Amino acid sequence: MPSLFRLSALKPGQSATVQAIHVDSGFQFRLNALGFRIGKPLELIRIAPFNGPLHLKLGSTEVMLRQQDAANIEVVM
Amino acid sequence: MKRIALIGMPNAGKSTLFNRMSGASAKVANWPGVTVDLLSAKLLIAGQMAELVDLPGIYDLHGFSDDEQVVRHFLCNNTIDLVLIVANATQVDRQLTLALQLKALGLPAVLLLNMADEAKQHGITINTQQLGDELGYPTALLSAKYGQGYAEAYKLIERELSTSQARAVLSLEEDFATDQAVEDKLEKLISHSVDMPVQTSHSVTEKIDKVMLHPWIGLPLFFTVMFLMFQAVYTLGAPLQDGVAWLLEGFRDLALAPLLSGLPALLNSFLLEGVFDGVATVASFVPVIILFFLFMAIIEDSGYLSRAAFLMDALMTKMGLDGRSFVMLLMGFGCNVPALMGTRTMRSRGLRLLTMMVIPFSLCSARLQVFVFMTTALFAPSQAPLVLFSLYLMTFVTVIVTALLFKGQFNSSEPFALELPPYRFPTTRQMILRGWHEIRHFLRRATKFITIGVVLVWILTHMPFGVEPASAASWSGMIGEFMQPILSPAGINPELTVALIFGFVAKEIVIGALAVIYGLEGSSLMQGIAQQIDWVQAYSFMLFTLIYTPCLATVATLRAEAKSGWYTALSLAWPLTLAWTISTGFYQAARYLGY
Repeated sequence: MPSLFRLSALKPGQSATVQAIHVDSGFQFRLNALGFRIGKPLELIRIAPFNGPLHLKLGSTEVMLRQQDAANIEVVM
Repeated sequence: MKRIALIGMPNAGKSTLFNRMSGASAKVANWPGVTVDLLSAKLLIAGQMAELVDLPGIYDLHGFSDDEQVVRHFLCNNTIDLVLIVANATQVDRQLTLALQLKALGLPAVLLLNMADEAKQHGITINTQQLGDELGYPTALLSAKYGQGYAEAYKLIERELSTSQARAVLSLEEDFATDQAVEDKLEKLISHSVDMPVQTSHSVTEKIDKVMLHPWIGLPLFFTVMFLMFQAVYTLGAPLQDGVAWLLEGFRDLALAPLLSGLPALLNSFLLEGVFDGVATVASFVPVIILFFLFMAIIEDSGYLSRAAFLMDALMTKMGLDGRSFVMLLMGFGCNVPALMGTRTMRSRGLRLLTMMVIPFSLCSARLQVFVFMTTALFAPSQAPLVLFSLYLMTFVTVIVTALLFKGQFNSSEPFALELPPYRFPTTRQMILRGWHEIRHFLRRATKFITIGVVLVWILTHMPFGVEPASAASWSGMIGEFMQPILSPAGINPELTVALIFGFVAKEIVIGALAVIYGLEGSSLMQGIAQQIDWVQAYSFMLFTLIYTPCLATVATLRAEAKSGWYTALSLAWPLTLAWTISTGFYQAARYLGY
């Protein structure tokens, strides 16, 4: 069985699939609306300077997400 | 009258559609249950008048940000005949959620899948007939930007509007449990009617981003782009300003002065040196402002601003702000008022208040006019753009100081995710509309604040009767002298003091006031000022103008958005203190160094 890990551990260029989202309901709505759903594939394109937010691609949508928030999303490779 | 509401996610092209439907007739208005002004336009549709209301872009009807609440309150407090749901066709797989939520509420609507051009490029095909039938909303595919499919979509809207019944006030509470149902329905709809390549790619956007968002050169590149933009505004704008000033001067000397020569001296002076010189001096800067907003429109519409948020987020976080705060600061370069309203997307009150605290330091287009004027008058053409850029940098210095000082008071730890839309370029039509919008905005301000401001300045400089205008014996002279103990350490003389006082109402008045105070106009005004003050005084004056209390409209917006008296007082007092400290510090240091 493939192991779960945090989205924030992904390296640029790597792809993964969303497995679980652990955030408050308000932010959950926002993430859903931006395309974060269980089972949805995503790709980490790059990380912003000074250890800034992640630049992610989900289907046709590109999104920036902070590392601390990405740590609350579990993915599988 | 029927009422149509536009609803859609941010970046779905809602405003573009609004502009296409309404032409240039939009205006802001108040709505029951909604504390903010919304853009609306009246249009003749299907043989009757209808009112089209542009609601803020939202991701979700349940959301907790102020914008989402505005939409909720609007739907609860106003009857609506038809909702136009605007969705980005290239992201139909996630943007349909909003349509499904509205369907669950039973609102009559039409689904408009926008950006048909991009969807086609990405090989996305949508069976609108089937999607519409299954969803229960008539559906059309169009490009609001380029106009393909617009005529058909408009017919659909006409047809639906003529048969739809106004839905009365509704309550949103009951429908919160249906989320899972919405999710399931969404999957089914998409699989039946939409054919999407598994991995769509905006190859051009990806290539541009490789450079623009590069870990090392991304940030330097961003500041270079901004610098070049300001440089372009100055180099292209200064001659234009000169030209308009020359035309107005010609009109004054050849037509207006002979026409008014029969009037009594005092009335003549009031009309010519008061009203005309004051307003004309401000009006000559309109081309600079239009130019500035055209560049801003390109940058705003291009999607580069959200990239700026991405690049700057880590640094802004250290100051207690975030990437959105940075974008709002940039928006503030246009006008502080919409930038303050833009903070409504922030859910954390601390973050919002801190961002609103720093936005007024943004060198807005009204202050830009003052600075173009002063730098042209006192600096060599080669130095002037650099001086101007240094003032933009000063915006960031004051923002950093203020944020670091107050971040303890306004704490926040809001999670933050933002869409990075593909790069787009505005059409000529969009740019012309934007330019026209700015001219109208100026005319409104001119008729309200600027004319009244320069008239008051004229009265202060010419009363009591018979004094030498603007001399120490006039009222303005007395006010200026009275303030001297406070402002002379900053190198600000009595004349400049009076201009500053009126700048509180609107910053454009500063140059109008100078024209009236010095009794000069156009190029002779610049020469006159250059004889009165040196560059150290001018720079100190510009620093003060940049930092001190924001204009009346900004203060009113701050108060309305923050809903707090002490916060408003703080956001008046702090910039004033900072302005005095920095101007005095600069002036005294420069004099000490022998300049």
